[in-house]
Amino acid sequence: MSVIDDLFARTRAENRAALVGYLPAGYPTIERSINAIRAMVEAGVDLVEVGLPYSDPVMDGPTIQVAAQAALDSGVRVDDVFSVVEASAAVAPTVVMTYWNPVERRGVDRFAADLAAAGGAGLITPDLIPDEGVDWDRASRAHGLDRIYLVSPSSTDERLAMTAEASSGFVYATAVMGVTGQRAQTSDLAPELVARLRAVTDKPVGVGLGVSDGRQAHEVAAFADAVIVGSALVRRLIDHPDEEEALASLRELAADLRAGVERD
Amino acid sequence: MTESPRPTLPDGPGHFGRFGGRFMPEALIAPLDEITREWEAAQTDPGFRDELDRMLREYANVPSPLYEAHRFSEAVGARILLKREDLNHTGAHKIRNVIGQALLAKRIGKPRCIAETGAGQHGVASATACAYLDLECTVYMGEVDTERQALNVARMRMLGAEVVPVRTGSRTLKDAINEALRDWVTTVDTTHYLFGTAAGPHPFPTMVRELTRGIGDEARAQCLELTSRLPDAAVACVGGGSNAIGLFAGFVDDADVRLVGIEAGGDGVETGRHAATITAGDIGVLHGARSFLLQDEDGQTIESHSISAGLDYPGVGPEHAHLADTGRAEYRPATDAQAMAAFDLLCKTEGIIPAIESAHALAGAVMLAEELGPEATILVNLSGRGDKDVHTAATWFGLFDEAGEGQ
Repeated sequence: MSVIDDLFARTRAENRAALVGYLPAGYPTIERSINAIRAMVEAGVDLVEVGLPYSDPVMDGPTIQVAAQAALDSGVRVDDVFSVVEASAAVAPTVVMTYWNPVERRGVDRFAADLAAAGGAGLITPDLIPDEGVDWDRASRAHGLDRIYLVSPSSTDERLAMTAEASSGFVYATAVMGVTGQRAQTSDLAPELVARLRAVTDKPVGVGLGVSDGRQAHEVAAFADAVIVGSALVRRLIDHPDEEEALASLRELAADLRAGVERD
Repeated sequence: MTESPRPTLPDGPGHFGRFGGRFMPEALIAPLDEITREWEAAQTDPGFRDELDRMLREYANVPSPLYEAHRFSEAVGARILLKREDLNHTGAHKIRNVIGQALLAKRIGKPRCIAETGAGQHGVASATACAYLDLECTVYMGEVDTERQALNVARMRMLGAEVVPVRTGSRTLKDAINEALRDWVTTVDTTHYLFGTAAGPHPFPTMVRELTRGIGDEARAQCLELTSRLPDAAVACVGGGSNAIGLFAGFVDDADVRLVGIEAGGDGVETGRHAATITAGDIGVLHGARSFLLQDEDGQTIESHSISAGLDYPGVGPEHAHLADTGRAEYRPATDAQAMAAFDLLCKTEGIIPAIESAHALAGAVMLAEELGPEATILVNLSGRGDKDVHTAATWFGLFDEAGEGQ
């Protein structure tokens, strides 16, 4: 049982969805990104997704791009990401969301070892599909890490089954065809995608892309095991250069989302 | 059509040895599978092949001639044959790829194409093919490039394309590709990504090779007819690698023909300011495939530098990585200065202004001529013409009378 399995056992018992919050490591500084993670966990985030800033984030919309680029411009390194993970894992289960090249560059096994040593629970890999994941499968098993792969409304049933089988911890269902970012309404593609997943797997399903407030979180919590929020949280940091204001704004949003993931 | 045996790679999932594959969001896997299926079906459909061949012949001025460059040969000390892709419609080999992919988009039923462009050549070719085949066209171009290639931006708009300046990241070609991918993942139901080079996720490296292999197949037959033998070496410039893979495809089974790819050495590989990905890069994943790339210790992409915008890309197609790995092809850099010297020599000896990209291949021919001597026959792919580069070249050679002229 991984810490993520434990988390879903608990949220299931509490009849609610888990709240997953994404923030990029090192934005606006390493220390402040750690403070922001602590604040959102205190306000109700169950699982932290630490973003590894990358030069070519093809799955990310403008909000996360801006924050990741700012982190890179300020000199954030992969080693720093592990420091952030260590601080985050002290307060909540923590996974890293990373594009694949930084993992391959460090060496898949070494990356896995370093992540496990920092207390990380697994990786979300937006541009790695299980078809190319042989090395990661081996390394993640060796170091007791979860493999959180993405599925999409465009995935065939065959690929849904294959990807769910390769995943552990939970399966990340992208609710829309598109990149990360806030949207006015929740996707009508998400319920159908989750239903198709349920037909092929018993693993928990997290839904992300476009969820930005408690109302939307509530809609998604009705059919998903986890609600994943990224850009809306990052936006609070971008909009508030003052740290105290940023943390207050972040706490407010996290609390709103946390109330949202309760089921009726 | 082609008589030479087809290369057996890639394997089913698109690997060339340890390179290639698909490192892409899951959302794009089904669309990539669709393109793979439709492309395979189209290739065995005589109707598709006939229509593509007709378009290339009647519209694009393909096949291009093979030209023996007597005065250039004399100057460099070996027999130099030029494959004149510069005479194609739109002035480069790229028309072969875009007509093929645009026709495929029509076949799949996608009314819109998107493309990335660096210097604007692939963007102009895409806008051309879309006008010709009645498709909507959006071209992503780094803001830095839209500024330094304003004429090509105007050209694309003239042809009816929308040009979107990309303001993220380094605001150059790699960021244009990122932005095109973000568009594609959002609009894939109606949109084909008209990828401009032999890189990216499977099936693009293979599809682009097959669409450009006419360069090599034609040149092989033309060379046999002209000289009654195969060349000693076939030389092409390599950025992403589409013209080179097209040339090499015609000769890859001829073990005695050296395949030589010339990368952009920029200010010199030792300065760190270059685009010599295979020569000086490392293995990694960028834009959907495992290949060589320019990256830092953390795997962050490093910006490339070259006088040639078309070669100014920190990655390279996976089949080139494999050909380098197996030793079947060799890759070496030519600096900006070497390329521009060869550019000047071709202008003065043959009355041909080459694209600066192609001038790198000419610089490679100069190096090979020194090594191989006067008995050697060297085939060079003159992949494009230099009209677009007049300003850059005139600045390099100091040909403007006063400061500011031609700006």
